Amino acid sequence: MAGPSRSVRSPSTRARDEAFAIETATAEAHRAIEAIWRIESARLIAGLTRAVGDIATAEELAQDALVAALEQWPTSGVPERPGAWLMGTAKHRATDLIRRRKTLERKYEELGRDAERDQQVEDPDAAIDEDVGDDLLGLIFMACHPVLSKDARVALTLRVLGGLTTEEIARGFLVPVSSMAQRIVRAKRTLDEAHVRFEIPRGPERVARLASVLEVIYLIFNEGYSATAGTDWVRPALCEEALRLGRILAELVPTEPEAHGLVALMEIHASRLDARVGPSGEPILLLEQDRALWDHLLIRRGLAALERAERLGGAMGPYALQAAIAACHARAATAAETDWPRIVALYDAVAQLAPSPVVELNRAVAVGMAFGPAAGLDLVNALVAEPSLRAYHLLPAVRGDLLRKLGRSAEARSEFERAASLTENAVERKLLERRAAECAAEGMTG
Amino acid sequence: MRVMVLAKEGGQSDTATPPTPEAMAEYQKFNEELVKAGVVLGAGRLSPSSQGKRVRFEGKKRTVIDGPWAETKELVAGYWLWQVRSLDEALEWLKRAPYDGGTFEVREISQHEGA
Repeated sequence: MAGPSRSVRSPSTRARDEAFAIETATAEAHRAIEAIWRIESARLIAGLTRAVGDIATAEELAQDALVAALEQWPTSGVPERPGAWLMGTAKHRATDLIRRRKTLERKYEELGRDAERDQQVEDPDAAIDEDVGDDLLGLIFMACHPVLSKDARVALTLRVLGGLTTEEIARGFLVPVSSMAQRIVRAKRTLDEAHVRFEIPRGPERVARLASVLEVIYLIFNEGYSATAGTDWVRPALCEEALRLGRILAELVPTEPEAHGLVALMEIHASRLDARVGPSGEPILLLEQDRALWDHLLIRRGLAALERAERLGGAMGPYALQAAIAACHARAATAAETDWPRIVALYDAVAQLAPSPVVELNRAVAVGMAFGPAAGLDLVNALVAEPSLRAYHLLPAVRGDLLRKLGRSAEARSEFERAASLTENAVERKLLERRAAECAAEGMTG
Repeated sequence: MRVMVLAKEGGQSDTATPPTPEAMAEYQKFNEELVKAGVVLGAGRLSPSSQGKRVRFEGKKRTVIDGPWAETKELVAGYWLWQVRSLDEALEWLKRAPYDGGTFEVREISQHEGA
């Protein structure tokens, strides 16, 4: 039906085509802006926080710059140095804001009030132009300040350092968007009310503040790693986010062994992401995983990070020790080749550093593997009376495992049943019930 | 998402003109920025195709072909392995690379393929 009249494009068609072309260009520009935002937002917010003193205002200024980009770039094209453009735009607004504040402060002073606020802002331009790395680090320390609850620290970190939207964070943690938004707003307010300064802590305070940062990153990682509920792709995204933050941090504080220790731990654990979930979503335990599915690139990176931590004298740091245990598994080509005696020694060190019944239980498992189930069982039996483990399903699960290896099927079965009744995870319950059934079958034949 | 960035520098890798110190410094600065952003997982430069070998498969037959090869524009001279959140992010990083020639290709690595 391609008559000649159809090939002549009417003015309205042309207008539509042009509109379509503009729309396509706009959509492309928007995608580019979103990617640029992900790359630049943390640095942008960090530089602005240093200048204006608080995260909430800095975020607003950065958002204003983003809106300006969304308005201008689709027609003007993305500038050659988009990061500098965003910073320049936000800086103008920051300068205005600081001037307004100063005028206000002067007025307050005239009124006889003391303006303790912001002696740090002398020259806004200089304040923004200083070292970007230090700015980022300052922002990390601020967002992970111990004055905030763990949840608040995690949310704020993902928001201002990860550049994630509130929706994405809410999805990652399976909470309603409104609650997450509130959590972030409250976190910023708490920092403001507690007069938390934008600074890089030094001396003895630094140790505690850094521990708080590492904890936040590890919490994000674990939220992604240990969750078997929720939409599949969202949770590994949290692991990736945590890894990215950890890698950034390790480069910002390259002489801090524990930063490398944490990166090592996360890299090695992340290497097993594909191997630890079966085809129908069931968890696969470490010793039963198909090691060919482990990501050897991440293992190599993890071992390198661990070496870096050890070279810095940090072999006995809590993250480095856990990484060293993970490394024992990573180095073993098969489960049978695992260096269990070394794992026992490493758990000894962990237990000395931070004694806890859960660590003792893990140590008992390693002892059972290294020196036989009877030795392991002795240690587990000593933990049975431990009040904090009374509802911990892994205690009877481990005990059941050791009893089963010793041929005590009937006792093993009741332990697995107990473990199954204690776990809140449906998939894990199924696994434990299967173990119990296997023990029952063994008891009949044996 | 993991992407492979393939540097196709045309005949440059075979002409054996080493990059100027300034160019190297610029590249290093850029690479450092990528590392600091937690983007780089790995990187490597390939030796010239004159030192490379190819194996061609035809049914049961295998033929080894010595380099150099003619299709210079398609020859890979180096690679990066990046961890990014989207292909767009990879493109935005790549556009910042301090190169004034050659073609760079960004390809997503399919996950869950095993190692």
